[in-house]
Amino acid sequence: MAKFDMNDDNVVVIIGTGAGGGVLANELAQKGVKVVAFEAGGRHLPEDYVNDEWGSFAQISWLDTRTTSGNFRLAKDFSGLPSWIVKAVGGSTIHWAGASLRFQEHEWKARTTYGDVQGASLLDWPIDGEELAPYYSKAEEKLRVTRTGDREGLPGNNNYKVFEAGAKKLGYKDVHTGRMAINSRDYDDYAACQQTGFCFQGCKWGAKWSSAYHDIPLGEATGNLEVRENAQALKIEHDDTGKVTGVLYADKDGNQHLQKARIVCVAGNSVESPRLLLNSASNMFPDGLANSSGQVGRNYMRHMTGSVYAVFDQPVRMWRGTTMAGIITDESRHDPSRGFVGGYEMETLSIGLPFMAAFLDPGSWGREFATALDSYENMAGMWLVGEDMPQETNRITLNHDIKDQHGLPTPNVHFDDHPNDVAMRNHAYQQGMAIYDAMGATRAFPTPPYPSTHNMGTNRMSEKPRDGVVNRWGQSHDVKNLFVSDGSQFTTGAAENPTLTIVALAIRQADRIASEMSKGNI
Amino acid sequence: MEEVRKLSRRDLLRQSVALGTVFVMGTGFIAAPNAAWAVEVKHLKPQTMATLIQMARDIYPHDHVGDEYYAKAVKGYDSADAMAGVEAGVEALDAVAAGRGYGNYLSIGWERDRVDILRSMEQSPFFQQIRGGLIVGLYNQEAVWPMFGYEGESFSKGGYINRGFNDINWV
Repeated sequence: MAKFDMNDDNVVVIIGTGAGGGVLANELAQKGVKVVAFEAGGRHLPEDYVNDEWGSFAQISWLDTRTTSGNFRLAKDFSGLPSWIVKAVGGSTIHWAGASLRFQEHEWKARTTYGDVQGASLLDWPIDGEELAPYYSKAEEKLRVTRTGDREGLPGNNNYKVFEAGAKKLGYKDVHTGRMAINSRDYDDYAACQQTGFCFQGCKWGAKWSSAYHDIPLGEATGNLEVRENAQALKIEHDDTGKVTGVLYADKDGNQHLQKARIVCVAGNSVESPRLLLNSASNMFPDGLANSSGQVGRNYMRHMTGSVYAVFDQPVRMWRGTTMAGIITDESRHDPSRGFVGGYEMETLSIGLPFMAAFLDPGSWGREFATALDSYENMAGMWLVGEDMPQETNRITLNHDIKDQHGLPTPNVHFDDHPNDVAMRNHAYQQGMAIYDAMGATRAFPTPPYPSTHNMGTNRMSEKPRDGVVNRWGQSHDVKNLFVSDGSQFTTGAAENPTLTIVALAIRQADRIASEMSKGNI
Repeated sequence: MEEVRKLSRRDLLRQSVALGTVFVMGTGFIAAPNAAWAVEVKHLKPQTMATLIQMARDIYPHDHVGDEYYAKAVKGYDSADAMAGVEAGVEALDAVAAGRGYGNYLSIGWERDRVDILRSMEQSPFFQQIRGGLIVGLYNQEAVWPMFGYEGESFSKGGYINRGFNDINWV
């Protein structure tokens, strides 16, 4: 395995090894580019994962101190855990459900399509679906996405059967077991899905794609990629021409080192990535690196989310099989007659009894709550995920009052629901409950959002430098050898689960970086 | 948790006071009336532990889950660190009960009357500490999962591919 010198200033340093950083690292390594990838967590592989919700939570979650503010309910229920992401090689691709959807064409042009939505900082992406289409295809091949290419869909489980039958009773047309990055047949390296459940806890079969055991080892096998584990990036350094020169990081013992770099790519998810840029402020860049627009940390999006669980008079046993086992896409269209712009997806979801107790209705107690759990075996469930409005004031800032283990300011996550988010959530709750009512549900629960798994937009992509942080390639408007490679570059969030788009952008960015390097431009 | 132990009926005959649905024994134990289990109490007053168990059941009442599991869920408060806060919390709870004409919290016969008292102190740090602790303390006990039908770990059994992932018969 490669090992690069701290003073090697020809390496590309990537911060983070998830859907963005992990894929970018492999793609660059395959092209012969020397890469050092920092990962704040350790390495956990399928044999290490546990079918145990709280056990897994302790094993892989990002639990560093964060604070929250704003009117979203998470600020009250889970004030120290605004986002639910992974600290390990592979990042949140260990935890993700596997839903792999392309954006719809109109979603690349949210400002044009939705118009001037009061309070929203909508902007069109500088790229569109046509430009990303070949990269989406590559991403679908890499992730072995079901129902794309020649790959079959997964079989539907109990939770899906209730969902599908209810959807059809309501007249929904586009209902299937999803486009999932989960093997629907055996491959040479990993087997087909065994319907084990516990997709969120890391797939012990390796049947779900994760950069932890796909891209990272493939990249390492080239001899061009060194993954430095338990390495927390603290600050990006630059020279007096304004080009970045290296990354200061802390190793597992807290000792600090400086790794020199030709190019730095930030992919620490949408809370840590802007935090690192803000913590990299200097005399030349007093408001933070890449922040001449003042947009670093702003326009934080977390998707409109919510869940509907419902109880029936007979068992469902929703936990058996794929956690996210199917989708209804009919509501993902843009149709302002529903009272909001943008759309949402409905996707089956199950959580085990331990998480159900924590998330069904946080803070609730007494017989109303307890009897809901008494019917756990008879529950079906779905997740609602839709486009939320970017707002300048929804942002990651530095909390200088609370320092982390390295003495650096911690991130504060501020989020106020936009009226459009609230209207969409209420519509989604009504439709979700109607699906289960149609199947004879005896009780239904419109369940509030979980800590955010989809974090987007805090270093957004923009045509004009004043509107965002990075250009159409994810390259900083201000610093040409600095890139953003994760979901924080999203201009808007669309209704779809973000991972496939993050992966497609990373593959595309790797092409661009390699090409610019060979031309001597960076 | 091994502190929750099986107890012979003969042991129980030496018990002293019955409180709520559990017995407080004279020797630092509280036990089930049917001798199915007992908890040793090292730091808290036995009555305090008995009150905590009743309070836990009133917060998350599952009639098919025995007191033993509620006892396990609150056993962690029987520690030198937690003792002072919990004794003070239960004292406050009993004071509210006394103010409403009851002897103490445990002596209240109807769940609704106990729950009224809990609602009145719902925002207190003590109530939130006990309620929050139960989320993991009660529901993350593997032994209670089958009582809710939840099957837990499945990888070692090969998942559900051949064990009923799609066996629903009423759709």
